[in-house]
Amino acid sequence: MTQTKNQTLSNDEMAGLLKAIASDRSVDAFEAVFRFYSPRVRSFMAMKTGDRQIAEELMQETMVSVWNKAGQFDPERGNVSAWIFTIARNIRIDFYRRRRPAFDPQDPVFVNDDIPSAEMEFERVQDAALLRDAMATLPPDQLDVLKRAFFDDVSHSTIATDLGLPLGTVKSRIRLAFEKLRSALEGRR
Amino acid sequence: MNINHHLSDELLLDYASGNLSEGWSLVVATHMAMCPSCRRRLAAMEGAAGALLEKVDATDVPVDSWERMKQRLEGIRIEEVKQTPAAAPSGATVFPEPLRSYVGADLSTVKWQALGLGAYHLRIPTDDPTTQVRLLRIPAGKPVPEHTHVGRELTLVLAGSFRDGSDLFGRGDIEEADDDLLHTPKASPGEDCICLAVTEAPLKFSSWIVRLIQPILKI
Ligand SMILES: [Zn+2]
Repeated sequence: MTQTKNQTLSNDEMAGLLKAIASDRSVDAFEAVFRFYSPRVRSFMAMKTGDRQIAEELMQETMVSVWNKAGQFDPERGNVSAWIFTIARNIRIDFYRRRRPAFDPQDPVFVNDDIPSAEMEFERVQDAALLRDAMATLPPDQLDVLKRAFFDDVSHSTIATDLGLPLGTVKSRIRLAFEKLRSALEGRR
Repeated sequence: MNINHHLSDELLLDYASGNLSEGWSLVVATHMAMCPSCRRRLAAMEGAAGALLEKVDATDVPVDSWERMKQRLEGIRIEEVKQTPAAAPSGATVFPEPLRSYVGADLSTVKWQALGLGAYHLRIPTDDPTTQVRLLRIPAGKPVPEHTHVGRELTLVLAGSFRDGSDLFGRGDIEEADDDLLHTPKASPGEDCICLAVTEAPLKFSSWIVRLIQPILKI
């Protein structure tokens, strides 16, 4: 299983591993997921904290959470990398003792998506392969803003200050980047 | 529900990346509870983050990382995560989560404070010192009372509607305003307009005299 470290498994294969973790508590399946994601999550944590030991600890917490919550992953709704990112992000938020109110799909006042699930298949907003390809076509200045937001853990106004750019420039880079990603995702229809 | 006014990409990105403070996040998340379209945009952003995560260089991997992980797993008992449906508020459908956790389920029990001219507000306490969050109740057909704010302001309509220039904002609609935007919102006739509003916190003056009288003046 050690060969999986740098080899990208397809999203379906990863989703299959999560399913095996959830239903069989398969340590082998978890090891494959761990070998691929743990180095990346550790680097992600190190970018903000700048501390190897803290990064290792936060990565371990993230992966424990993946082990515990594997059954909550819904392959119909999203991709594995996005799901693991949200877990890592939330653990980083907790580490800095910030509060991030979130909506609750179980809430009776919550407004459900009325797009029928058959149509949803054609509009999978997190299609892993499409996103990967679309990200590769983003101009470097737009990609840089997204990386700073997700990895350096700073707001778009802080990014503008860091880059010495007017706020409007950063906003338009963000808008252009997501317009491109969304049209790539919708192009599947 | 027909929502026409949505979150901007930059605000959604700050939320998706975990960089939006509690006050702003409360309004952003409450809008998304009512807006499947912004939730899909959020999911696309998290998808982009996932694609970036796959590309992160793996450096400095401790050799015993997996061994330690495995040991840790042995100590874990899987607690059954039961999705407990939130207590169904009887007939109270104005406040979705996460707002309900802050103000309670029932509109009729909100302890409004008079602002004058028939308008009311309720300050919503948060742990976020950089913002001020409140509920506003504007009488039907009346303008939103004069309010000064520094910097950004987000207003989410929960009941009734208001008109700002040529734009109409109804339940679920969100208005994002900068301090350079001159706006004169006016509640539509027929029903009081209930909004959730967040602004940047008023500047804290350093002078001790000002700090002393600030609570008295309630600035
Ligand atoms: Zn929206």
